[in-house]
Amino acid sequence: MIATGPLLQMEGISKAFPGVRALEGASLTVGRGEVHAVMGQNGAGKSTLIKILTGAYRRDAGTVTLDGRPVDFHSPQQAQAGGVSTIYQEVNLVGFRSVAENIFLGREPRRWGLIDRRRMHAEARRLLERLGVEVDVSRPLGAINVALQQMVAIARAISFESRLVVMDEPTSSLDEAEVATLFGVIRQLKADGVSVIFVSHRLDEVYAICDRVTIMRDGRTVDDRALTDVSRLELVARMLGKDLAEVRRSGATGFADATHHTERRLLEARGLRGAGRTLEHADVAVRAGEIVGLAGLLGSGRTELARAIFGADPVEAGELEVDGRPVRFGSPADAIRAGIGLAPEDRKTEGIVPEMSVRENLTLALLPAISRYGVVDRRRQQEVVDRFIRRLDIKTTGPDQKIRELSGGNQQKVLLARWLCLDPRLLLLDEPTRGIDVGAKGEIQALINELADSGLGVLMISSELEELVEGSDRVVVLRDGRTVAELPHAAITEDAIMSAMAEGPATGAGERDGG
Amino acid sequence: MATTSTPARSITRARLASVLQGQGALVALALLVLFGALRYDNFLSSYNVTSFLANNAKFGLIALGMTFVIMTGGIDLSVGAVAALASVVAAMVSEYGLVVGIAVPVLVGAVIGLVNGSLVAWGRLQPFIVTLAMLLAARGLALTVAGNQSVAVDFESGFTALGTTTLLTLAAPIWIFAVAYLLGVLVLGRTPFSRHVLAIGDNEETARLMGLRVERVKLGVYALSGALAGMAGVLLAAQYGAGQPAEGVGWELTAIAAVVVGGTLLTGGLGSVVGTLWGVLLLGLIFNVLNFENGRGVISLSPYWQSIVLGGFLLVVVLLQNRLAARQT
Repeated sequence: MIATGPLLQMEGISKAFPGVRALEGASLTVGRGEVHAVMGQNGAGKSTLIKILTGAYRRDAGTVTLDGRPVDFHSPQQAQAGGVSTIYQEVNLVGFRSVAENIFLGREPRRWGLIDRRRMHAEARRLLERLGVEVDVSRPLGAINVALQQMVAIARAISFESRLVVMDEPTSSLDEAEVATLFGVIRQLKADGVSVIFVSHRLDEVYAICDRVTIMRDGRTVDDRALTDVSRLELVARMLGKDLAEVRRSGATGFADATHHTERRLLEARGLRGAGRTLEHADVAVRAGEIVGLAGLLGSGRTELARAIFGADPVEAGELEVDGRPVRFGSPADAIRAGIGLAPEDRKTEGIVPEMSVRENLTLALLPAISRYGVVDRRRQQEVVDRFIRRLDIKTTGPDQKIRELSGGNQQKVLLARWLCLDPRLLLLDEPTRGIDVGAKGEIQALINELADSGLGVLMISSELEELVEGSDRVVVLRDGRTVAELPHAAITEDAIMSAMAEGPATGAGERDGG
Repeated sequence: MATTSTPARSITRARLASVLQGQGALVALALLVLFGALRYDNFLSSYNVTSFLANNAKFGLIALGMTFVIMTGGIDLSVGAVAALASVVAAMVSEYGLVVGIAVPVLVGAVIGLVNGSLVAWGRLQPFIVTLAMLLAARGLALTVAGNQSVAVDFESGFTALGTTTLLTLAAPIWIFAVAYLLGVLVLGRTPFSRHVLAIGDNEETARLMGLRVERVKLGVYALSGALAGMAGVLLAAQYGAGQPAEGVGWELTAIAAVVVGGTLLTGGLGSVVGTLWGVLLLGLIFNVLNFENGRGVISLSPYWQSIVLGGFLLVVVLLQNRLAARQT
């Protein structure tokens, strides 16, 4: 065993899928006890590289050296046995089984062929203690929170005596306190000499926990740097393959910093109240050509406001005007007829129809308009689909590809196109860039900007302050179901939004936008 | 933390529903026994009890195998037909004695189960379709081999001892029934195999990523189910004195009903062998009580009423569980 030199060295890794070159001579070097970030846009090849390491894919070319020895894992089991464990994005454990069983599934301690439950529990407790986690190991996994489940997954990983733990977006389902716990565990692993590969889209987290970063783009490794030597802006620029100066000029998001609205009021909602207690008294107005940011903490009523406007949830009180005329939508169909579209927060369950093609998903809402006698006019459908794939630069092998095979960013583009082909006047976007990698995020943001420029009104719900600050012409802040502030363009800063979310004055007292 | 408490709650609810299901079957069973004991003179006579258990042993075996199949999230519709085929095979080889008479049909069942399992595990086919096809094939094979009539067993060879021998006053089928369930409880409670079965039923993809040999485990449960159906066929032949190619119609559905009533989730991931035992006994007892009721001569219900009562009972059980589980939110 060679105790010096890097723990993992992947060199010249290439991998092609039918029609796509996913990796071309990519490399990844991870030192001992190092927390190493892998970053890149969707399609940069980072997950392919990780899957080759963990044995889920076979490489076409290149070498993988672990602890000085060449390795070639054929399956996740082999990788595990070789000291490489993977924690997946969604917790991959079984909910009905106990914590201890989850840690030892497949390698249960036995006595005379039967499970030695006492020993299994004791060892599970010992492993979790090592991570500083206290939990009843006999409870079913599904009964503990996601962060603890994540810890159980890590305990399982280290129980294989892993020298390298791969974490694929481990924080995507954790809240801040839970992320802090996870980071504590990662530091513990590092102190024990275990190396960690940390795949994440979140810059804050990468800077908080990682030592080095490998940046990938278009299937190649473009940089391998210590995080202390690289600024956030530079990191983003390397990922996007952009000139640093250009990124600096245009800001970190894809939004151009300019106001572009007219005075014509498209939508005005006053004192809107929903059926439950989440929406009590909300005011919001959107003009043509304006992007209105809708800010608020989780549970402040942002999504409920959008759904109430859209006619998806009943409105109990308040006024809603479109083009100055009072309206009340009984169903989303009414709202759509009035030129309003809603792109929901949860793409997977409320947006896309995963098994349908890009073509079908894109034209789902348009079908009545391009049908005659109930039969779809294929030629017109094709025109629309081609036009939007081109205009939105949707990356797909063709209109017949299933939408679930697209990346998150491209799925979102298809959803936007679904509304845009109806030629709406107002779009309600609920977290339009959530779960989308940095590059595609910029593209979506630029697209929203462009749409507003062309006269569309946009109400954009976002949890990202940066996005609200750079993207909005005006920001409306909700707290506990009430509008507590309305910030005109000049007053939009992260501080102002945060303080309004936290302690803004009560209903309607926010200042009105002058123009 | 609304997002994380939801799965936790649904897990708790699922477990609660499962406990209610298992206990529900036991409570209903106890009530029915009490009802029978008070209403009919010979209900608890040793004759009725032993013949009841001996008759239900074959359903018990089939339901036991079905429990493991369903715990993986699968289903085995072929068991009734496999039992019929096995009974014919048992009759045909009965002249070679008891050991061969048991081993060959069980082996036939296991091989059919292996075929089912291979198609499900490696062929990635739907268990419903695979085992439905096997149901048709096994039934056809049984009728063809038997020439569309029952096949008498060799009464000289000692095979019939299986139907007549008693040990400590209990007939051999009852002992087989009891030993099978004891082993079943042990396997479910204490072996890695059963943990893997449940993990696969809970989330197959996850189980695979955890390094479990999903295909092998699936192969195992279908082979087990086939072998137990084969053994049920042996009992059938021994008890009737003949291989019965047309018997066993609908047994698979009775077994599924017993498993579900006993608290095993039809979607897999949670299950109980003891619950299945209560389910089997409960379903059998409904039939037994009907017989007694007819015996009193006041009313006369055709045996088809058993199905109607069964169906109604199954619906009530599932509805109650839903209600009780929903109230826990």
